[in-house]
Amino acid sequence: MESTEFAIYAEDLKKSFGKVEAVKGVDLILRKGTILGLLGPNGAGKTTLVRMFTTLLSPDSGTATIMGYDVVREPQAVRSIIGLSGQYASVDENLTGRENLVMVGELYHMGKRAAVERAKELLVTLDLAEFADRQVKTYSGGQRRRLDLAASLVAHPPVLFLDEPTTGLDPRSRLGLWGVIRDLVKDGTSLLLTTQYLEEADKLADWIAVIDHGKIIEQGSSIDLKSKIGGDVLQIQLISETKLFPVAKALMPLGTDKPHIDKTTRLIKLPVPGPQVIAEAVRILDRMGAQIEDIGIHRPTLDEVFLTLTGHAVEEGKND
Amino acid sequence: MTSIFWTASDIWVMTKRNLLKYTRLPQLLVFSTIQPVMFVLLFAFVFGGAITTPGVSYINYLIPGIIVQAVIFGSVQTGVGLAEDLTRGMIDRFRSLPMARSAVLAGRTISDMVRNVFVVLLMTGVGYAIGFRFQGNILQSLASMGMAVLFGFAFSWISATIGLLVKEIEAAQVAGFIWVFPLVFASSIFVPVESMPDWLEAFAKHSPITVTVNTVRALALDLPVGNNLWLSLLWILGIMAVFVPLAVYRYRKSV
Ligand SMILES: Nc1ncnc2c1ncn2[C@@H]1O[C@H](COP(=O)(O)OP(=O)(O)OP(=O)(O)O)[C@@H](O)[C@H]1O
Ligand SMILES: [Mg+2]
Repeated sequence: MESTEFAIYAEDLKKSFGKVEAVKGVDLILRKGTILGLLGPNGAGKTTLVRMFTTLLSPDSGTATIMGYDVVREPQAVRSIIGLSGQYASVDENLTGRENLVMVGELYHMGKRAAVERAKELLVTLDLAEFADRQVKTYSGGQRRRLDLAASLVAHPPVLFLDEPTTGLDPRSRLGLWGVIRDLVKDGTSLLLTTQYLEEADKLADWIAVIDHGKIIEQGSSIDLKSKIGGDVLQIQLISETKLFPVAKALMPLGTDKPHIDKTTRLIKLPVPGPQVIAEAVRILDRMGAQIEDIGIHRPTLDEVFLTLTGHAVEEGKND
Repeated sequence: MTSIFWTASDIWVMTKRNLLKYTRLPQLLVFSTIQPVMFVLLFAFVFGGAITTPGVSYINYLIPGIIVQAVIFGSVQTGVGLAEDLTRGMIDRFRSLPMARSAVLAGRTISDMVRNVFVVLLMTGVGYAIGFRFQGNILQSLASMGMAVLFGFAFSWISATIGLLVKEIEAAQVAGFIWVFPLVFASSIFVPVESMPDWLEAFAKHSPITVTVNTVRALALDLPVGNNLWLSLLWILGIMAVFVPLAVYRYRKSV
């Protein structure tokens, strides 16, 4: 098998909890040095997948290898090359931030001195130096989250798993964390990131896999996914509705499909091959003397991708 | 060789981590010792007058029993601590590290043993304040206390198994205590088993707690130990032979 070429190589992974089929046959690849965004609503099976990849849970069937090591047959080898920051921060409340990191370093068998050095570095990188010597129970949610991330980075793991790393962070901390994550990948780390934030996957991931009810329902680059539900849409809002229909008719030759007209918002939406049509559209509008309130090319957001792929909105994801 | 070194190192790191908690939360230690101290006072001064212990003063009779009771109750904390680590996600963290798998359980039971050493010394001190005196030589006294600590260590593995089964902090607390409570009273900790009704005496006489208390007491008071020493060592080995593998099995299964 050519699985050593990949940071993660999973084939037909399955896991059930009693009657709940949490993961129902997942094939997944993470290329070395890239970010894979695993996107899905509550209960989709993201955490279950991550737990199987990180040896915390054994699959019912199927195989998964991390850098070529089988998660079932060579768990200890897998553990020595991965870092995990789980969905809920797992740090010791009674220890200080520094003590937590040193402990993890010692458990990676780095030796005490190296563990202390590494802890110091990470506390700075993750902006925790100020609270380093305070007990974790006094930390805010975001500080805890960052400490947990730091713990997963202690041994410079070549493969990193972050399960919803920015859930519960304020926008500023989220941006900060994105920065840290991008820097990591520059250093060659391969990263699997789960998220419910479409924007996050869009911004960070090279490759996005959409998971729903335990199955990967679509995957590709962010651009691939967007093109799945059609390309760009020309959106024109007119000042008055009187010319709405004639304008829409005149624009039709530019489009790839029929225009959609909304009288109350005086909006025309026309699927188009690309943004280059905008100049021609403006000329047509000008010729017809139609006054524009707003004009632009709209690209589908991942929210819309999700809606199209699953038939239900992200917020409606049920735990079943 | 290196793997033995790293296993030992992992166990040490885990033990240190668990013990640090007590320096951070001294009230934990205080509360876990208040209870046995209250038992000492209650039995020594309230019930003590009504209990006859042939040949020895009741205080001397009681303190070795209380010491064993204190280590047993202390052992319940092993399960509680593990349940806490499970619910707080610490076990997940540890299981994702390349550390020795045995270190989490070993570190926990060893740190609870260290804590029990402290509890035993404290109870002995309390005993001395109200008139208890070791009757034998120093070796016998140390052996007496060591026996109690060893018994507590074995109990910690039962407690660990329970904690890993119930997986919740409160449940581990309750499940850890309910079965221990009757065992503690149906033993020679507070009263001679001969004073119990026949059916209870038959049970109490053979309880591992009774044989251990009898051993601890005989060593402390320079009395003949009889079969008790071997019996209690057998119980300790037996408990560990069953519950170490069970706890390890539950640990591997715990998700
Ligand atoms: N230990 C367990 N026992 C029983 N059912 C479980 C267990 N763990 C997960 N499940 C179920 O498996 C399904 C997938 O859960 P999982 O935690 O993987 O979802 P998720 O995608 O991580 O969701 P979220 O975004 O809410 O974290 C859910 O229906 C969940 O209830
Ligand atoms: Mg999850």
